[in-house]
Parts: sequence; C-alpha cells; structure tokens
Amino acid sequence: MADSPLAPCHRALGARMIPFAGWNLPVEYSGLLAEHKATRQAAGLFDISHMGQIRARGQGALSALESLLANDPGKLRDGEGQYTFLLNHQGGVIDDLFLYRLGADDFLLVVNASRHAEDLQLLSASGCRDVTFSGTPGSTAGMALQGPQSSRILTRLLPPSAALPGRNQITRHHLAGHDVWVAATGYTGEDGFEIFTGLSAGPAIWNAILEAGKNDGLLPCGLGSRDSLRLEAGFPLNGQDLSPEITPIEAGLGFFVDLNRPRAFPGRSVLEQQKKTGTARTCVGLKGQPGQPPPRHDYPVFQGDKKIGVITSGVPSPTLGHGIALALITTPAPACGQDLEFEVRGRRVPVKVSPRRFIPKK
Amino acid sequence: MNIPNDLLYAKSHEWLRLEKDSGTVGITDHAQSELSDVVYVELPKIGRKVAAGEAIATVESVKAASDIYAPVSGEIVAANSVLSSDPGLVNREPYGQGWLFRLKPDQPKPSGLLSPAEYSATLPH
Repeated sequence: MADSPLAPCHRALGARMIPFAGWNLPVEYSGLLAEHKATRQAAGLFDISHMGQIRARGQGALSALESLLANDPGKLRDGEGQYTFLLNHQGGVIDDLFLYRLGADDFLLVVNASRHAEDLQLLSASGCRDVTFSGTPGSTAGMALQGPQSSRILTRLLPPSAALPGRNQITRHHLAGHDVWVAATGYTGEDGFEIFTGLSAGPAIWNAILEAGKNDGLLPCGLGSRDSLRLEAGFPLNGQDLSPEITPIEAGLGFFVDLNRPRAFPGRSVLEQQKKTGTARTCVGLKGQPGQPPPRHDYPVFQGDKKIGVITSGVPSPTLGHGIALALITTPAPACGQDLEFEVRGRRVPVKVSPRRFIPKK
Repeated sequence: MNIPNDLLYAKSHEWLRLEKDSGTVGITDHAQSELSDVVYVELPKIGRKVAAGEAIATVESVKAASDIYAPVSGEIVAANSVLSSDPGLVNREPYGQGWLFRLKPDQPKPSGLLSPAEYSATLPH
C-alpha cells in the first residue's frame, strides 16, 4: 500500500484514510456531505496523486497515440486536452483517460490508478517508433481544485500576468515556488483545475492552496465526496461503469470516440459496427425518490417482472436529496421519464429513467 | 469517543440499554462516526422474532449500506419511525433520539455482550 506524497498533509488535517487501488487515500476530512456541498457552492481540494501521469515524448508520439487511443489526438493543439479511451480489440475499455498535448512531441496522459501499471506496460509494448512512455506509479503528485471559487483562489497564488487555462486546456505555471501544469479539467461537474507536479512539490502546493482559499469556503475533500460529485455530473468510474467488457458506445460515450479519421486503433471495427447497428446494452441514468433506499452498484434493475440490467454506480445524491444511478440495461432502452425498479434486500424500489447528467451543466 | 457507562455493547458496534422488560438498541458513537452522514434507515417490523447476531436493520450513508445486527435474541416491540424523516438523528444523537428499535429479550440476562470498558478496548486508539 503506497502513501500519497500528500499523506503528511492529510494526517495533519485529521483525514480518515482508506485503501484505494493500492493507495492510502483520504476518504473524508470534515464529512462527506460538508465536502460535497463546499465543492458545489464554494470550492474543494482533492488529492489526485494516485492518478497516473504518463508522459509520451518523441517525434513519433502523436502518431503512436493516434494508433492507440479512441479519440483523435490529431485534433489537439499545444496546450489542449481531450477525454479519450485505451480500448482492447473487442472495443472494451481498458482505461478512460485525459490526454493533453503539452507540445508538438510531448503529451501527458492522466490515467486511473487501478490501470496505471497496465496502461504503461501496454503503451510501452506497442512497438510504436520514436516515442518513449514514462511515468511509473508513485512518481508524481496531483491535486484538483474544484468549484465556483476555484479561479479566484488559484489566481491569488499566481503573478498578475498569469493567464489561467480555458476549459480542457493546460498551461505551465510557477506555484508556491514550484513548476506545475495546471489543467482546467476535473471530475466533479464544477469549474475547476487539476494541478500536476513532482512528488516533493506536492505538500507545499497543497498547503498554499488551502491557505489561499481559507476565507472562500474551501475545504479539503476526500474520495467519498469525489464519488458523489462525479456521479451527480454523470461521469463514469472505470471498474464500475466502464470495464474491458463495456465499450464506450454502450456506455453512451461515443462522442469521445473518433471514427471519422483513417487511422486504425484497437477495437475500431467493433465500435464501427456498434455505431451502425446499435448495441445490445446501453447506459441510462436512474432517478429515485426521497425517503427510498438509495441505489447501489450491482443492484439488479427490473421493468415489470423482467430483469433488464444492473446498476453500475448509485448513490443518494447530496444535492438532490434522492437516489441517482447509472445502469447498464438491455436495448431498446425505455425513454426518459419511464418507470423502472431496482431490487434491494428483497424489495423493489421505484426509479425513473433520467438523463445521465443529474445536475445542470455549467 | 463517547461510550456511556450504563449500556452493553456488541462487537459489531450496537449498544443495548436494558429497561424493565425490553431493551433499546442503537449504534455507537464510533459506528456513526465511521459511517458518517446517515441518509436512510431500514428497521425491522414490530413482532418479528430475531436471533442474536442476525442482520435485521440497515443504516445507509452516502458511501455505503451497513447491516445492523440484533445484539440479543428476542421480539421486536418498537421501531424508531422518526428516523424515516430524519435519519441524521443517528449521527447527532446515537445514544438518544437516534435509537433504532426496541426488543423484548428472550433471556432476562443477556450474554455475549461487552461492558463499556471491553467495548472501548476493541476500538482503534
């Protein structure tokens, strides 16, 4: 079990730590609900040092990524990022990740902790020319500053001339005495930033941000609120909503797959077929009612007497006050507003089909 | 961590307050703190016969659903219906208004439960 480079900060803040994907990480500090609310209404600071930072460098980097990833890296200009997938040959998701173009021959891939070693091994063994993949687990630090007050807080730590990145962009900055990459991305559905840096710089930057935001309602936030926030925004979690048995098309994420380009990549023919003829399963949102048991991962979903699928992620939504869930169900999927049920402890609980984004888009 | 002296405890973090001919059951301060914000509570039906160690109620936080076990065998005689509209009482008053259910124990002297000192010793320090 690896300690985050920010572990001393978490202990000083009295965080409750839990094991997650081989890491000891904070699950909560002041309480999940308070942290969730702070991020929606003010700002939250999350340790994302467990997220893998893989660097692809070399004259062949772009070409290699074009042949390995499902979205089109060729669309990116310097300083831009995109959500994309590393797929297997059946089109299933090995990992979902964010790809940033730092320069013409220099890319940053931010990947899930649980898949980091596998991703790096797979990329390195791809046989692509003139490209080097680097960044083993445990070699970097990262944090996410999320919520409506994020810009104001981060601006305080930067020189007046510094320009923050626009949405999905990444820029280089000098923060609390250290060089960092700042990306305007996140996993909460709020405006905010992800900051990527080296191991030793992590604690100083973490503490500087907390200090800069202390009068703006900024709270340190754990994995607990990270999960409830991402699900309210309809973002998938790899290992639950995505897996090597689920394609991006089935997961409703076809927007992030680019089939209008010539390059072959793993799983491409399966995805083309699915786009043409449809899929046997699809991901829908489910909305419960206040006072009912919340939906959870792995609960079966029913339409009348017929089992039509399974909940992949579910949570009692702190913002909405009722259960919300993503479910993988057989097609044709019932339309939004239709009634379904899930089963928990031998009892059926009513839910309605809903858009997968449960809170308004910013 | 608050561990009142006048209660008995189960290793699984329930407390039992023995009264005249029934016992009130709830979860400990430690348990509510570990679960964090409770958002839903499912309680056993009145009249149900339960065995010691049987999972008979569920307390759900945002994170997870947790089973609650009967600390002794007996018959359920009351359930705290206020929790359906205010489940957060379990966090705010774990030994008071946040009680879960009452049961009539089969045995006048319950066995297999821990004293406050013994329960305290099971918790991480």
